[in-house]
Amino acid sequence: MFIFAGIRSSCGSTDDQVSQLPEHIREKVHNHPCYSEDAHHYFARMHVAVAPACNIQCHYCNRKYDCANESRPGVVSELLTPDQAVKKTMAVAANIPQMTVLGIAGPGDPLANPECTFETFRQLSEKAPDIKLCVSTNGLALPDAVEELSKHNIDHVTITINTVDPEIGAKIYPWVFWNNRRIRGAKGAKILIEQQQKGLQMLIDKGILVKVNSVLIPGVNDEHLKEVSKIVKSKGAFLHNVMPLIAEAEHGTFYGVMGQRSPSSAELQDLQDACAGDMNMMRHCRQCRADAVGLLGEDRGDEFTMDKIEEMDIDYDAAMVMRKQVHDGIAEELAAKEVAKKENIVQLDTSKKYRPVLMAVATSGGGVINQHFGHAREFLVYEASSEGVRFISHRKADQYCEGDVSCGDGETVLQRTIRTLEGCEAVLCSKVGFEPWGMLEEAGVMPNNDYSMEPIEEAVMKHYQKMIDDGLLDEVSEEQQASAEGV
Amino acid sequence: MALSIIESCVNCWACEPVCPSNAIFEAKPHFMIDSKKCTECEGDFANPQCATICPIEGAILDSFAEALNPPGSLTGIPPAKMEAAMAEIQAR
Repeated sequence: MFIFAGIRSSCGSTDDQVSQLPEHIREKVHNHPCYSEDAHHYFARMHVAVAPACNIQCHYCNRKYDCANESRPGVVSELLTPDQAVKKTMAVAANIPQMTVLGIAGPGDPLANPECTFETFRQLSEKAPDIKLCVSTNGLALPDAVEELSKHNIDHVTITINTVDPEIGAKIYPWVFWNNRRIRGAKGAKILIEQQQKGLQMLIDKGILVKVNSVLIPGVNDEHLKEVSKIVKSKGAFLHNVMPLIAEAEHGTFYGVMGQRSPSSAELQDLQDACAGDMNMMRHCRQCRADAVGLLGEDRGDEFTMDKIEEMDIDYDAAMVMRKQVHDGIAEELAAKEVAKKENIVQLDTSKKYRPVLMAVATSGGGVINQHFGHAREFLVYEASSEGVRFISHRKADQYCEGDVSCGDGETVLQRTIRTLEGCEAVLCSKVGFEPWGMLEEAGVMPNNDYSMEPIEEAVMKHYQKMIDDGLLDEVSEEQQASAEGV
Repeated sequence: MALSIIESCVNCWACEPVCPSNAIFEAKPHFMIDSKKCTECEGDFANPQCATICPIEGAILDSFAEALNPPGSLTGIPPAKMEAAMAEIQAR
């Protein structure tokens, strides 16, 4: 029997988390670059660093954040006043018309700096009504801020919830500042957890979208995050973003110095898959800086330093007209792509089941395979199976060390890159050089340049079919299938 | 009787709004405490507020120049472990 199988399940491509959401939520987030692997190649976001203070300590954070060489949350180069932030936002919006979203994400906790955060939102709601506003918080001060948040153009709030258990919380949060005291251990964590859950409920009651971020910390909250996912879903959060812990000794964080390892790509994927039955999972978060500017994965912050912005003369009314044209153009392009995707669905023989295969893809955007292996700074990983194709994650080519796997001395960039593709059986790119070709083959990741300029999902399914035709995938019996799915 | 902020301050602004005496002000290269205004929160709070929210060990001193948050007290990283880690990074 042949059925449409290029796209998994009834809800469209799972490459695109947005497509699984109810219509009223889709409407709010369709042009938000952080919510869709597709949209992030077209729409840009920026963060303004107006919120330096924090009211808690997390073991993955070091408050000595002033480092321009790193790209990770909590890191910024230049703190801004609300007036500067508004000016910068409007300058970026006028120069990068694809910028649809302004977020305040730190470098501390935005709601621990309520004056600066809300003043920025107040001015932008008035002066730049075509920009969506969002904010992320640890949740401690959230209940007191919900009323004010609901007054601005804020369509969603992100709460970082790593646990709902104070004992686990004590291993993540050494202290919180609460009612003029520093409260340590499980007692402090309990307060934080209660405030997070209360704030989440209050936002939902106000009709504000809530996304939940969780940091996956192996051995601390890994199993527990499944429960967190269920709870936040039941309360009404629309998306759960499980991110891998970043911990390096040189960051000077508790986890970094104490040797807490980060999760491997496989561990992250397993947990996201385990939560996915209950919750829309977000899989392409790039964990960007608290002052990032531009498309996800790129940072154009250097073009918009305060000294450069002071010299810019922005006519925002004119900019809004131009921005509208650009946004409409992108919407048309995305709609056309969606149609093309449906027309080009690859059909699989689903009477036989084969095991799923992970494939890496090199792309510079546009939804097609168009990047040279050696130029790829990151790879997108897709899973092909009899059910269709789905987006799994992105992996950085120059990635942080993977968990407890030791990087032997003298490992080349190429060797490191190949190691980040662990678990993938093929890598689809526009071109692959002679040397990496051999090394990839040796590592069991078959390089392939047959699908250059082809749409990603189509190519992944074609290649999966080819692997089946070549006899590379043994047929899986129904019993095996059932046991693999834990039925 | 006054507290003081020293160079390890990272200018995070956390202390400034919680001071009941408005004694803390932004300065270069780091925040400062006006010793004439600082009351060490006597009469207002059980603990000095700036040192209670400050995330940086050693950045705020009491009137005897003792750190109110000594090494290891906030991050939980044992000082010896921190030194060893930093020495190893230096050696790379």
